[in-house]
Amino acid sequence: MTELTTFWHVWVSAIVIGSMIACGILITLTFKNQKYNEETDQTTGHSFDGIDELDNPLPKWWMYFFWSTIVFGVVYIFIYGVGDWTGFGKWSSIGQWEKEVAQAEEKYAPYYAELNKLSVEELASNKDALATGQRIFASNCALCHGSTATGALGFPNLTDTDWLYGGTADAIKHTIANGRNGAMPANGLKPDMTASERSDIAAHVLSLSGRTGAGDASKGSALYTQACAACHMADGTGNQMVGAPNLTDNIWLYGGSEKQIEFTIENGRAGVMPAWKDILGEDKVHVLSGYVYSLSQK
Amino acid sequence: MSTASEQPNYNYKVVKYFAIMTVVWGIVGMSVGVLIASQLVWPELNFDTPYLTFSRLRPLHTNAVIFAFGGCALFATSYYVVQRTCQTRIFSDSLAMFTFWGWQAMIVAAAITLPLGLTSSKEYAELEWPIDIWITVVWVAYAIVFFGTIAKRSQPHIYVANWFFGAFILTIAVLHIFNSLAIPVTMFKSYSIYAGTIDAMVQWWYGHNAVGFFLTAGFLGIMYYFVPKQAERPVYSYRLSIVHFWALISIYVWAGAHHLHYSALPDWAQSAGMVMSLILLAPSWGGMINGMMTLSGAWHKLRTDPILRFLVVSLSFYGMSTFEGPMMAIKTVNALSHNTDWTVGHVHSGALGWVAMVSIGAIYNLLPVVLGKKQGDMYSTNLINIHFWLATIGTVLYIVAMWVNGIMQGLMWRAVNTDGTLTYSFVESLEASYPGYFVRVIGGALFLAGMLLMAYNVYKTVRSASDEQANLAQA
Repeated sequence: MTELTTFWHVWVSAIVIGSMIACGILITLTFKNQKYNEETDQTTGHSFDGIDELDNPLPKWWMYFFWSTIVFGVVYIFIYGVGDWTGFGKWSSIGQWEKEVAQAEEKYAPYYAELNKLSVEELASNKDALATGQRIFASNCALCHGSTATGALGFPNLTDTDWLYGGTADAIKHTIANGRNGAMPANGLKPDMTASERSDIAAHVLSLSGRTGAGDASKGSALYTQACAACHMADGTGNQMVGAPNLTDNIWLYGGSEKQIEFTIENGRAGVMPAWKDILGEDKVHVLSGYVYSLSQK
Repeated sequence: MSTASEQPNYNYKVVKYFAIMTVVWGIVGMSVGVLIASQLVWPELNFDTPYLTFSRLRPLHTNAVIFAFGGCALFATSYYVVQRTCQTRIFSDSLAMFTFWGWQAMIVAAAITLPLGLTSSKEYAELEWPIDIWITVVWVAYAIVFFGTIAKRSQPHIYVANWFFGAFILTIAVLHIFNSLAIPVTMFKSYSIYAGTIDAMVQWWYGHNAVGFFLTAGFLGIMYYFVPKQAERPVYSYRLSIVHFWALISIYVWAGAHHLHYSALPDWAQSAGMVMSLILLAPSWGGMINGMMTLSGAWHKLRTDPILRFLVVSLSFYGMSTFEGPMMAIKTVNALSHNTDWTVGHVHSGALGWVAMVSIGAIYNLLPVVLGKKQGDMYSTNLINIHFWLATIGTVLYIVAMWVNGIMQGLMWRAVNTDGTLTYSFVESLEASYPGYFVRVIGGALFLAGMLLMAYNVYKTVRSASDEQANLAQA
């Protein structure tokens, strides 16, 4: 975006201040030319469809009130600026924001620095840290993971022991700080997969958690080895290195019905967890990690 | 026409059509409003279908009440006032009738496309480009009819109501055309020619002046005719009307930037928007003072005349919301009020309290006249009185609920704990808003109930007028 040229700054400033002055002139002249200075029952002599117009003066209080807003406006513009002139106050919204952030940093940093002396595991049993962590969670994480952290379709439950990328203190903190990008390709590693093959694989996947599907699970097993095992492992227990879910525990990120499983195989999945390091800062991520870690420690 | 000897032969047919559609669209638009207000209390009322979700019905509600209800009220009153105060028949009967059918077609198109999810996504300008072009065509016809009538007036002067109508027609044309400029991709999809911050600024230049010119200047035109007419008193001050007219129209166009406080809009543009909004206060109040003072010597009429009560209470709400608006435009106040229900309450104190009430009063005044009766001679004055109380109580419940909600939300969102975390999550502020949402439904439903009484009263009045004419024809 290019900056406005000087011409436009002058143009805009002239109209802004000009409009205010014009209003002042308008009321001054109208006031001066008044025929009557007190309320009157004289009309202007015009009559429209039976409506007459009285020639009453401008109410004085109204005029002074108008003047006071004009004066306020001019003073405000001189303090806060117009066009590329920043005014005598040197105020800017970004400046105000930076100042407030710096004040908050100064005020709250010692508290978080103190908590950062504790490990994630220790934080999980620290009452203050848990309270703070819960509040950070409610304002930032609950939108996807729910206010009780039990997740939703596409967003993992954080209160169970089924972890996509590992449930150790370090793994949790790493996930929060750096985010995760889960990617399952459509049709796994077999791009030419047919609908009946998908149905067979789904039957096999269902059998891993003790269920049955419409397809041929034994055919599906062979296809699974070819298309899915690289990430989800031969026995279906998944791989936390790449965030491939465990398929044997009947816990489903994108739904566990036969139809949902086939849909997932056909279209693949892309899950995104944002990185919070730059949004919350390292210290808050640490405290938050303690809270999230505590959720599955019961 | 029986009174032809003293009055020109006015075109009342188009006025009657628009007046009746004002009531019809008022009921439709407000019903949708009550439904979406209910959806915020009982989300099941979204009925799990995309066509009835809040996100699609909300623009339908705003378009229906502003452009269908408010628009028809403005057409009806401006055609009525411009003929009577210029003492001449309307410029072109056929063009006036074209604006009626053209405007109705636009409304129907809006009612079909918005639930289908076809939207340009610009607030109060959601309609897609073919409808925008159609609006422009109808609006140009409106301008020709209105200014054509002014040009052939048999009065030397132009009455102040017509200045306001004229300013409204001209400015809305400019706003509509420049805000809607877009590159069409298909018949039903276009993209704004503006990008980013500039798009936002153009949008709110339009959006705020839709309020300023459509919902303020136009309705001040209504006020300047129907208040003195119904009170049978002269306008208080000609001088004040000139000053506040010119000040209002020159300052209003600057105020839109207050919708973009603390955004990417350059600081100075935000400052200018705030200052102009404050300076707007006195010119806005000029209209209220002039209307109120017109009643001096006629205050006793309020006891017996519910139509006059509608008009006077509308002026009170106008004065209140034009005070509230500049206050909310102050950056510090805006930091609390922005994105809360306070804004919704502010809009409705203007929309229900001012726009709807002054329109209702005007329709009650003019409808009997265009049916060949005396002004205000409706089928039942009692029903008007009940309507008045339903409308007033409904509006008060609505805006008080939104004040409470809005200020509570603003305070909850900024509350911070000793560790620097937010005291409340967003969901908690939503939970706390439920009682206010419920009260709003009640307020809206009361207002709507009043409109239904009005519809019955209008129906009976039209029926009795046509019966009388039939009797006359027989005799």
